[in-house]
Amino acid sequence: MSNAGETVMPLGDAKEIEAQAADWFQRRRFWNWSDDDQTKLDAWLEESMAHSVAFWRLETGFEGTERLTALRHPRFGNVADAPKSKWRPILFRTAAALIVMGAVGVFALRYQEPAPAEMAYATAVGATKSIKLADGTVIELNTNSRVRVSIGRHQRYVWLDRGEAYFQVTHDESRPFVVTAGKRRITDLGTKFLVRRGHEQVEIAVSQGRVRLESADEAHTFAPVELIKGEVVVANDKQIVVKTKTPKKLADELGWRHGVLVFDHTTLADAAREFNRYNEGKLIIEDPEVASLTIDGTFRSNNVGLFARAAKDLLGLRIEVRGSDMVIMR
Amino acid sequence: MTGRSEDQRGESGARLLGEPMNASELKLWFAQEVLPLEAALMQFLQHNWRNQSDIADLRQEVYVRVCEAAREARPDNTKAFVFRTARNILINRVRREHVVPIEAVADVDALNLAADEPSPDRTVIARDELRRLQSALDRLPDRCREAVILGRIEGLSGREIADRMGITESTVSIHLANGVRALVDAFFAPLSDRRGKQ
Repeated sequence: MSNAGETVMPLGDAKEIEAQAADWFQRRRFWNWSDDDQTKLDAWLEESMAHSVAFWRLETGFEGTERLTALRHPRFGNVADAPKSKWRPILFRTAAALIVMGAVGVFALRYQEPAPAEMAYATAVGATKSIKLADGTVIELNTNSRVRVSIGRHQRYVWLDRGEAYFQVTHDESRPFVVTAGKRRITDLGTKFLVRRGHEQVEIAVSQGRVRLESADEAHTFAPVELIKGEVVVANDKQIVVKTKTPKKLADELGWRHGVLVFDHTTLADAAREFNRYNEGKLIIEDPEVASLTIDGTFRSNNVGLFARAAKDLLGLRIEVRGSDMVIMR
Repeated sequence: MTGRSEDQRGESGARLLGEPMNASELKLWFAQEVLPLEAALMQFLQHNWRNQSDIADLRQEVYVRVCEAAREARPDNTKAFVFRTARNILINRVRREHVVPIEAVADVDALNLAADEPSPDRTVIARDELRRLQSALDRLPDRCREAVILGRIEGLSGREIADRMGITESTVSIHLANGVRALVDAFFAPLSDRRGKQ
């Protein structure tokens, strides 16, 4: 004992304690964890303050890294999505105008062409799929979706039977690319766009270029509408609502293409509905006050657990596991 | 842990007005007020202690001592308290071990503990933290990194990681424990040069 009864902690101790703490932590975080395990951990933590601080430090730090990942915004603005040059749209329009005139000439031929083979593509819950067509068009299918594709020499038809698909169309004025979703028909006018089919309605979001939206029925209930980049349309049987969304909002809605869901002041009810599209185990929120709380962040669409933990930590809620489902509650 | 130096008793004596804390309050205080100081604390210890292999032990000792004191009475200025405790620990070791002190040990007041540093833009920090985490992940041995990615990003359990990688559960545990330590160290590490230089 030296001055003032000071005890100096032994050197070389910290690394060993940290290793033990890390082992406890990974067992609790990644493996089955019983009440008995918790009792043993509590006893170990009680043994000394050094155990406690080492464990608390790992717990806090690791949760910090998980939250950081959860809040990370994926890089959507890759080169392919950026406008290539200022001249491009102008050139496009000029070329389009010239081609439209020529297209009238081949109009009569179209209807004599035999129907080309139809291909169907579908995804299961939680899956996504990217389909590259022979013309270079890429269709990305979101969870639980189905399209049928028919590519002919003079026409290209796609039917979205259910779910959601993002189209990056290789534009060809002489060969219109037409997507039919329920009672709506969307014709590509040089573009990238998203079509989501719900129970009663169809949502179309244009992330680049233009599309034309019209009724798919012969009665032509609605006049055609032309939509430009940034516009989002929600169309049901009775009406069409056009909204403008910022590029960020649009990019967020397309997060699923990178396996993530992006929430920005999104209610827990809406966030749970989104997660439930991707996962068999459902998130359930019964309390209307909990359902109306909002959350921000980017989450992997298959990692419901991380989302539930974030909701728990950030909003002070509780999680109850019911079979394969999770209930978020106060 | 019974002994506390007179010096430190004096420190906490000035804070007798502080309320004692129970275990969960203590944990919260440690997580929210002490751990965010880790980057600065590590820099302080590294600057003021010659033998870098002692740093982990010194840090642990600081944490243990401040938590033991805070359990009795919550300090009103956590930052000042943590750094004074760190200085006292270094001084006591110097006395005990008769190592030559580095001048700066006594210079803790120069750290301007009263004023909080202006914090850089939150998004800048987040980007910096992400970059550090990414490089920490990159530095892990391949198999360890694979286990961490499967567990942390793809959300697999330890059992599933073992199946996927075709290795034993105990090996998975070792990889995960090492990965957790490396990521946490990176998370708390000093921000890059931009701030570290001053």
